[in-house]
Amino acid sequence: MSGSNPLHYNGGVVLSMAGDNCVSIASDHRFGMSQLTLACDAQRIEPLHDRLCVGLAGLATDCTTLAERFRYKHNMYRLREKRVMRPRTFAAVASSTLYEKRFAPYFTEVVIAGLELEEDGKRGTSGADAMTDAVYRPYVCSMDLLGALMVTDNFALAGTCAESLYGTCETFWQPGLDPDALFEVTAQSLLAALDRDCMSGWGAVVHVLTPEGITTRELEARMD
Amino acid sequence: MRSPHFLDRTFAVHDHQADRLPTHPLHSAAPAASQWTQLQEAVAAAPIRFLHGTTTLAFVFQHGIIVAVDSRASMGQYIGSGSVRKIIEINPYLLGTMAGGAADCSFWERYLGMRCRLYELEHKERISVAAASKLLANIVYRYKGMGLSMGTMIAGWDKTGPQLYYVDNDGTRLHGKRFSVGSGSTFAYGVLDQEYQWDMEPAAAAELGRRAVFHATHRDAFSGGYINVYHVRADGWVNLSHDDSGIAKFREYIGYERYVKKTAAITQERPREVEGEVREAQERMAI
Repeated sequence: MSGSNPLHYNGGVVLSMAGDNCVSIASDHRFGMSQLTLACDAQRIEPLHDRLCVGLAGLATDCTTLAERFRYKHNMYRLREKRVMRPRTFAAVASSTLYEKRFAPYFTEVVIAGLELEEDGKRGTSGADAMTDAVYRPYVCSMDLLGALMVTDNFALAGTCAESLYGTCETFWQPGLDPDALFEVTAQSLLAALDRDCMSGWGAVVHVLTPEGITTRELEARMD
Repeated sequence: MRSPHFLDRTFAVHDHQADRLPTHPLHSAAPAASQWTQLQEAVAAAPIRFLHGTTTLAFVFQHGIIVAVDSRASMGQYIGSGSVRKIIEINPYLLGTMAGGAADCSFWERYLGMRCRLYELEHKERISVAAASKLLANIVYRYKGMGLSMGTMIAGWDKTGPQLYYVDNDGTRLHGKRFSVGSGSTFAYGVLDQEYQWDMEPAAAAELGRRAVFHATHRDAFSGGYINVYHVRADGWVNLSHDDSGIAKFREYIGYERYVKKTAAITQERPREVEGEVREAQERMAI
């Protein structure tokens, strides 16, 4: 139960889903200490750039530390390389950051949602067209607290109601969802699972990443 | 012929004759001394905790007793049910509440209902709340240390007026004006103690019960679902309300505005700087 497992101490859940040329990442807002709910405005999702978000579920103190380390590593990469990280590059960084602490791990599970530029996709020749004609592929992955990377082409999740969430995601998700449908499927999967979990809920947020930018919607979830 | 099981014995209010009451097969099942250690170990190894997350409360006021409860049944951190009825209607004048093990509470309070009915048949008058609660306390006391889990309030109206008792599996039995039981009880007490007044009107008292349970469901992870409210009056109990705690009552008492800054869609504008970098990245990859 929540008392003995540091991953469940503060509660919370993160979910990411792949769509057609878009990707979503969502989480709840609970910050608790075992059974006591302390706050309903926890932010578990860190946008690294406008095509890459990382979600952290687990022990809140480690989530904060990791989010700061990821932010730091991404900033250093940007300064050094003069470009932003591709999602799979970041996934490798995140994975080795976790494995670095193999024998005293961060009690944090990571979910990454990003849009990966198709390298052999058709692109315009001029600078302006390059943006509009670019083809993006959703990149969705999750890893456990030691950094075992699991890349999927449908959905990835982590947190206290993972079992329930797998059930709702398996039921609602289908390939080729457009951004609006992806939002709906992500939101409904999340809300249904939250209603079966004591340790997460109290509000939720869904971000949808498209080549045009990030759309953020707050959900009115059950507050008990 | 009278049934040897039920009718040819006295129902002592003070149940000192309990040893002679094998009414239910379970009722006199005390383990042999040799099995006692084994039982203790089994109880410690596999505690049965189904309703351990709960908020129940009851208080006596000028016009009777208000009983208010949540409806969540948690099994560990999993929500087994969101619509449990935790107020047990023992008879038209007696209510019991459930906290702890669902089966323990519902079984023994149902059994208490039977005992109360038998008392009525025997004595040609309704049992007092004191006597009914003592029957229950004596039963659970006989099972002390065997793993029963129940924290209950017995509320009713008898010859002496509205009476409220707290009974738990330790054998504790307390008479009082205000009780709250369960993991959310501390939160409920906070609201209850702040707002309670003896001379409240029934509507205001019911609203206080609802509000106290609501705030407990909001803060306590293991409480939630619906808020059920009963009023015990001189002519018996009435069911006053059944409200959704998580959304409807949250809107009424707190509101999403406090936590959700904007519910409308927000589209972030892409920073120019990143735009340039992405383009640069694309050009690199094209090479």
